[in-house]
Amino acid sequence: MKNQNVIYGINGPVVTVKDTDSFSMMEMVYVGNSKLIGEVIGITEEFTTIQVYEETTGLEPLEPVVGTGSPMMATLGPGIINNIFDGIQRPLRGIENRYGAFIEKGLGVSALDEEKKWDVKIKVKVGEKLFAGDIYAECQETSIITHKCMVPPNVAGEVVMAKKNGKFSVNDVVVQIKTENGKELKLTLCQQWPIRSPRPVAKRLPTTIPLITGQRVIDTLFPVSKGGAAAVPGGFGAGKTMTQHQLAKWCDADIIVYVGCGERGNEMSQVLSEFSELIDPKSGKPMTERTVLIANTSNMPVAAREASIYTGITLAEYYRDMGYHVAIMADSTSRWAEALREISGRLEEMPAEEGFPAYLPSRLSEFYERAGLTKNLNNSDGSVTIIGAVSPQGADFSEPVTQNTKRFVRAFWALDKSLAYTRHYPAINWMQSYSEYFTDLDPWFVQNVGEDFVKYRAKISAILHEENKLMEIVKLIGSDVLPDDQKLVIEIARVIRVGFLQQNAFHKEDTFVPLEKQKLMMKVILHLENKARQLILASIPIARLQERGVFDKLTKMKYEVPNNDLSAFDGYIEEIDQAFSEILKV
Amino acid sequence: MIIDYIGVKEVSGSLIVIDGVFNVSFEEIVEIRLDDGTIRQGRVVQIDGDRIVVQVFEGTKNISLNNTRTRLKGHPMELALSSEILGRVFDGVGRPIDGLGDVFPEKKMNVNGMAINPVSRLYPKDYINTGVSTIDVLTTLIRGQKLPIFSGSGMKHNELAVQIARQAKISSDEKENFAIVFAAMGVKNDVAEYFRRSFEESGVLQRVVMFLNLSNDPVIERILTPRCALTAAEYLAFEQGMHILVIMTDMTSYTEALREFSSSKGEIPGRKGYPGYLYSDLASIYERAGMIKGKKGSLTQIPILTMPNDDITHPVPDLTGYITEGQIVLDRALEGEGIYPPISVLPSLSRLMKDGIGEGYTREDHSALANQLFACYAKVKDARSLASVIGEEELSAADKKILAFGKEFEEKFINQGFGEDRSIKKSLDLGWKLLSMLPKKDLDRVDDAILEKYYQEEKAEDKK
Repeated sequence: MKNQNVIYGINGPVVTVKDTDSFSMMEMVYVGNSKLIGEVIGITEEFTTIQVYEETTGLEPLEPVVGTGSPMMATLGPGIINNIFDGIQRPLRGIENRYGAFIEKGLGVSALDEEKKWDVKIKVKVGEKLFAGDIYAECQETSIITHKCMVPPNVAGEVVMAKKNGKFSVNDVVVQIKTENGKELKLTLCQQWPIRSPRPVAKRLPTTIPLITGQRVIDTLFPVSKGGAAAVPGGFGAGKTMTQHQLAKWCDADIIVYVGCGERGNEMSQVLSEFSELIDPKSGKPMTERTVLIANTSNMPVAAREASIYTGITLAEYYRDMGYHVAIMADSTSRWAEALREISGRLEEMPAEEGFPAYLPSRLSEFYERAGLTKNLNNSDGSVTIIGAVSPQGADFSEPVTQNTKRFVRAFWALDKSLAYTRHYPAINWMQSYSEYFTDLDPWFVQNVGEDFVKYRAKISAILHEENKLMEIVKLIGSDVLPDDQKLVIEIARVIRVGFLQQNAFHKEDTFVPLEKQKLMMKVILHLENKARQLILASIPIARLQERGVFDKLTKMKYEVPNNDLSAFDGYIEEIDQAFSEILKV
Repeated sequence: MIIDYIGVKEVSGSLIVIDGVFNVSFEEIVEIRLDDGTIRQGRVVQIDGDRIVVQVFEGTKNISLNNTRTRLKGHPMELALSSEILGRVFDGVGRPIDGLGDVFPEKKMNVNGMAINPVSRLYPKDYINTGVSTIDVLTTLIRGQKLPIFSGSGMKHNELAVQIARQAKISSDEKENFAIVFAAMGVKNDVAEYFRRSFEESGVLQRVVMFLNLSNDPVIERILTPRCALTAAEYLAFEQGMHILVIMTDMTSYTEALREFSSSKGEIPGRKGYPGYLYSDLASIYERAGMIKGKKGSLTQIPILTMPNDDITHPVPDLTGYITEGQIVLDRALEGEGIYPPISVLPSLSRLMKDGIGEGYTREDHSALANQLFACYAKVKDARSLASVIGEEELSAADKKILAFGKEFEEKFINQGFGEDRSIKKSLDLGWKLLSMLPKKDLDRVDDAILEKYYQEEKAEDKK
């Protein structure tokens, strides 16, 4: 009685079906007369439990539940870039065109535009042997991204039919292959892949190339590599979203997948409008030409929020397989964890810490492990970098999501409320943050930016740590009583904090800073430190140097020196030397 | 065929369980008729085969296992709407209580609303001039924003909300299109009356729709109150093209009602006994603010919540802060010093202000000034704690200046009369006047051109 599956019980987004054995775990199903999309999340002898990705208001018992026989799939093909999807890859623009400004339920809109004709170049000939990952067709997806259609994983065979170059839509068959056991397979421009399974790769490579973000505190002090994973935890108002936006705008990945998971609707519309106006510095084309957005805002169904992270990473892996460097921003993974908790609560599972299900750590690790720099099946190199925002409850980093995330990421950018209060942005706390990628990345930095860079970084970091110790004393007795050499540490640290770590996202020159400029900024600051220390050795108070305004001048050099002409830094060095020699002369 | 189901199987808290029910849909509204003739409303919250769980809005008092007849209404909770609702007063579930009769509906809408497609949203950029310096300069309110007031019991959040509602400037040609939707959840009679009187005094009562669920009204109705109010607001904003300001007070009472409902349903509790879905539930309320492309109206929300024990990390303010676009935090210490509005500047924030201020909106120097004020005022706190250890006399000259700035800032800038309506220009100039008390070189958040233009040298000289 396979087709007699009907709804038995409804409780929020969870629907149960009674007395059936026709569903498999994680199978995608259609629920009810309006065909709401759902997924099987529990099977017992008596009940099958389904989570529904849409509002269940109005659903009735005895409405049909139909299985699809396959797990939740993402449709992968041209038309993904520059698109905006909800958590289960339904195109929001398509939904808007058909249904207007509010999202109704049971919408049968396919993920990719099926009408659009792509200009396709066929790359294979009849008789050729194809293996998993091999590219059989190419088309220009946006002006900067070439889409490569690849033989799906686990498929191989000989080409028996290949169309000529021409215009095709995503569902047109362009190549046909015959597998070893004689089966013929039709290849279109798109393929399906289950979102909860990682796409296979040939092997993982060590992550030795940094993801350049143009954000000084990240590139210099806490870098992340291409294929790495980083977490950005912070209470509300600490600037998580701003940090994510900055990275999405400026990092040097080829493709950005931005997942707005349970966040604000207005934020998504900001991303949309900002990214379409912004020009990518590398290609000179609008940012949207390299961006995919997944928007499952906080008021959209909670189950789809849970899926949105997987949809995002699957899209990222697909482009990685083509040989691109992809960065995925997940804002915020806490909302995703809360979605897990919510569903788990509805299933009446035994909760672990703070009501989160016991499988939270394993889910988190599964997700973060999908990052990596890889040798793909088709021998190209690609990477997926994950940057996950975490929104700890009450800005308390000891809560389960932050703590478990910490175990699975190697770069941790802790946002600090008190820095945000003083409008020190990005509010990345240099005492709590860390990066484990130094050893992997240092050879690259030495080779590409110079040995100085690594040296300066160590020095800057040492000064900041020393300042932190001194501040304990200053808090108690004030800074006036410190000896001059300690005062110098505090003064230099101030220059580092204000002039170097603080970065103005709204300033034309300061929003993105190339590595070379970062290095020279450190050089000038350390030059000043060096000279001032000589004064102290000669028992001259540093106040003399301060009076000349060099310290204050340095805090503003980030605005004064244009990114494309770094020669001005020599002027700063000269000025410091001059001030120094004048003081000595007197 | 209309069927009455006689009796109930089980009564627990605000929930009743009925067996043998057919053709029922999830979240459907039911009508429960007691033997004494009273009628109550309820909503289906869970279905297991032919057994349903119904949440009774008016509570389950007097319900026994066999004194009820329950009838399914065949539709989810709907609100009757027309442009006539302006000036009307409703109870927490949208029934008129002003004695003017039922609303003749032009349209009926599901109170749960539907999510606005993120693609259809218009990114809010028009600022609202509230005439309150601290808000206008430091946490600018934007049309279409949701900006909550985090307060504590006994603080002047109601006054502030009234002042904002009264002074909120909408350019003159749109004055006709401005209206307020007011939702009271679990507030005292006096508070609701205070709002009503204030609206009346400022002559806007005819443009206010009130939804009142007072502290002695049924608790479960409270869960529907903000939804009814927002449905009315959405109708006015997106169907009638009006600019709507929604004031909701007190969100903490709302969440407590939700907790009560959740625990009587036997759900697994999350933090502090609140249900695990508190975030999603609050989001389904707050996210209904915004603007839509191609529609004239806007929906701005000012939810007010009292933080239990003034604790900003309590789940309700915490989750609210993660959903809303900033927050205005009130501070008991400032209130104690007699400063009104007692806005605690440092933790307050408006996320949308960055795109709604500056040249073409307010003034070119606005964002630099705001950043600098935040940065300087943050130093005041450090200087004060130092002074409390070593005494004010022992402070360095720079720290003394900071202290003086802090005092003036609180007394002149934050402090302002309840009836005082400061123009944005006046507020900005005041900010510069205060900053000019500090040495020019300490103002490191402002670039030189702006500093030259607005820094008042003579002021600094005086202080020397």
